[in-house]
Amino acid sequence: MSIIRVENVTKRYSAHTALEGVSMEVPTGSIFGLLGPNGAGKTSLIRIITQITAPDEGKIYFNGEVLRPEHASRIGYLPEERGLYKKMKVGEQLVYLSRLKGLSAKDALEKVKEWFIRFEIKDWWDKNVEDLSKGMQQKVQFISTVVHEPELIILDEPFSGFDPINANLIRDEILRLHQRGSTIIFSTHRMETVEQLCDHIVLINKSKKVLDGKKEVIRKQFRSYTYKISGIGNLDDRESPFQRLSVQNGKEENSFEAIYRINSGHSPNELINWLTTQVEIHQFEEEIPSMGDIFIKTVQDDSNDL
Amino acid sequence: MKTTNIRLILQREYLTRVKKKSFIIMTVLGPLLFAAITIIPIWLALRSAKTNKVVVLDESGLFSGKFEDKKSVKYRFIKGTLFDRKVEFLESEDDILLYIPPFDLKDPLPVQLFSKANPSLELESGISKTLEKEIKNLKMKALNIDPGTVEKLKSEVDIRTILLNESGEQEGSSAAATIAGFAASFLIYIFIFMYGSIVMRGVIEEKTNRIVEVIISTVKPFDLMMGKVLGVAFVGLTQFMLWIVLTWAITAGATAFLVDSKSMVEQSKEMMEQTGVNQDVKEKAPSNMKVAKLLDTVNTLNIPLILGCFLFYFLGGYLIYSALFAAVGAAVDNETDSQQFILPVTIPMILSMVLAQFFISNPDSSMAFWLSVFPLTSPVVMMIRLPFNPPVWEILLSMLLLVLGFMGTIWVAARIYRVGILMHGKKVTYKELSKWLFYKG
Repeated sequence: MSIIRVENVTKRYSAHTALEGVSMEVPTGSIFGLLGPNGAGKTSLIRIITQITAPDEGKIYFNGEVLRPEHASRIGYLPEERGLYKKMKVGEQLVYLSRLKGLSAKDALEKVKEWFIRFEIKDWWDKNVEDLSKGMQQKVQFISTVVHEPELIILDEPFSGFDPINANLIRDEILRLHQRGSTIIFSTHRMETVEQLCDHIVLINKSKKVLDGKKEVIRKQFRSYTYKISGIGNLDDRESPFQRLSVQNGKEENSFEAIYRINSGHSPNELINWLTTQVEIHQFEEEIPSMGDIFIKTVQDDSNDL
Repeated sequence: MKTTNIRLILQREYLTRVKKKSFIIMTVLGPLLFAAITIIPIWLALRSAKTNKVVVLDESGLFSGKFEDKKSVKYRFIKGTLFDRKVEFLESEDDILLYIPPFDLKDPLPVQLFSKANPSLELESGISKTLEKEIKNLKMKALNIDPGTVEKLKSEVDIRTILLNESGEQEGSSAAATIAGFAASFLIYIFIFMYGSIVMRGVIEEKTNRIVEVIISTVKPFDLMMGKVLGVAFVGLTQFMLWIVLTWAITAGATAFLVDSKSMVEQSKEMMEQTGVNQDVKEKAPSNMKVAKLLDTVNTLNIPLILGCFLFYFLGGYLIYSALFAAVGAAVDNETDSQQFILPVTIPMILSMVLAQFFISNPDSSMAFWLSVFPLTSPVVMMIRLPFNPPVWEILLSMLLLVLGFMGTIWVAARIYRVGILMHGKKVTYKELSKWLFYKG
């Protein structure tokens, strides 16, 4: 089941095409990474999902239904460009924003108070937003995104502007919300976020989707069959069937660190067998591409194709 | 369109503005200013109410007893030579020395007034009125004219304006109509600009704050715009009402405090006499009739119609223009950039105000007709024409077009608004604006 299904969406502006025939599905309960270089069309796609703009072509489904204005209250959106009413009191503002999300006056007050206790910011209630530091404002903004307990939470660079302590606090809250059943969409450039948190990703480049799937599956697709080996001894691979990409001396005496690629028709075991005839192996590990590597490689390949 | 959202937005817009210090200050200062205009003259008059001592050296002896003592001025007649009296005057506590030379009807010599300080205008004109009146009597006596005959010769021409049409005769007054029409349209003009720009600033604030993206992910841009426009409209109505109530209260309170009602009547009576305004109010009934007649002509104005239309055109005009102001606010990044769009938007209003004089003298000209049915100018122009009783169908047409115009404007404004609020850091051209109208929202 997908909470969001995007079908063949195209969005054009006078000067350029922001999205071209993009289709994707966000599985319910996933932590979904929406990736792409600057200007690829991520924000356009998010704005279509949040119904800020409409697509020129294509359809969006929310839980299997065609996306309607009523769905807006079931989505929480934290835009990259943050903003609050500067001259409004923090408590008052959060109650107002949650009421716009469809909460009753009583529920809104209760929920907002809960969050004030959770974040230990009770004394902020009567402060004007402009009297808060930037990090504090971000916290308030985060609360406004999730206070109505939406099924789908869309976060555009949620950690920017937070110190590491607060970033962890926010991350833990996101994970807590996820455990309670919310689906999370991250739009981010921070690959460690993707690495740590996401289970699904979509990569958009130049208004088109270029990569889509479970993170682990994609990793496997990008396997280069390279292995990192460290050990002691002298490597003499002039007659080996394996391709050595690099070798260097290790920290200990007579030690080495090397990277090999296995060409098709061979297996890692064969490499180990051959190595044991020459050296003492201390470590043997497949080099799995990082999401950053995958990102860069995909975007570069995509550009070279054109 | 979701009414609960519009209501929530309206509430926020209203409450945050009404609670602002600047609103409270403006709401209190406005009436203080209006009241000051009413009270200060009275206060000044009261303050200068010290009694002026005037010594009169009347060489002719014809005027003794003719000057009437008042609260603010006491006359005392003296004899002697001017030279001696001048020296004496300087040492005395008297304020003014009035010298009336020997009187000769054929070859009059100037009357001289010596004063230690600049005499007030009222005092001077009071003295000269009295002198003029007495000299007139003397002249009449010399020419053997009976003062009663002269009184009979005095005539006042008074034109009654009567509107004659199919529905019969109706008394009208162009003076009252002119004032009423001009005042109403001027108020509409001022308020539309005042509250329109509040809407614009609100939109720019939300846009530069970037909160707008959060809000329109929940509510439709149209709802946000309407909530804001209506919220500010209520702020305007609140301020308007408070101004009326407070002005009335302050004026009434302050006058009561400054003078008890008895001396107030005396005071105003005296002021009238001194300045020669309606000099003979108390003696002659016809003048009282004048006042009554003025009140009558005010009554000839169709007050309920004018008030009703004032409210309609004020709201209609405000709604049209504030929607346009909202669109301008959305199209620009800051208030400075708004000028290039504000000017064309407001030209119809400015034009109608500039031409107001022309419409007053030609309320039934074809130009007045067309501009009073065109929605962008009708709030001002129809209000000018209204007291001159234009045909009913013209009023209805103008109202209908105002409503249609409002719907058209809000459609255009909402489209510009919708696209504009998400645009940043780009100077917008008219060409681009026109493209926004056809973006799919």
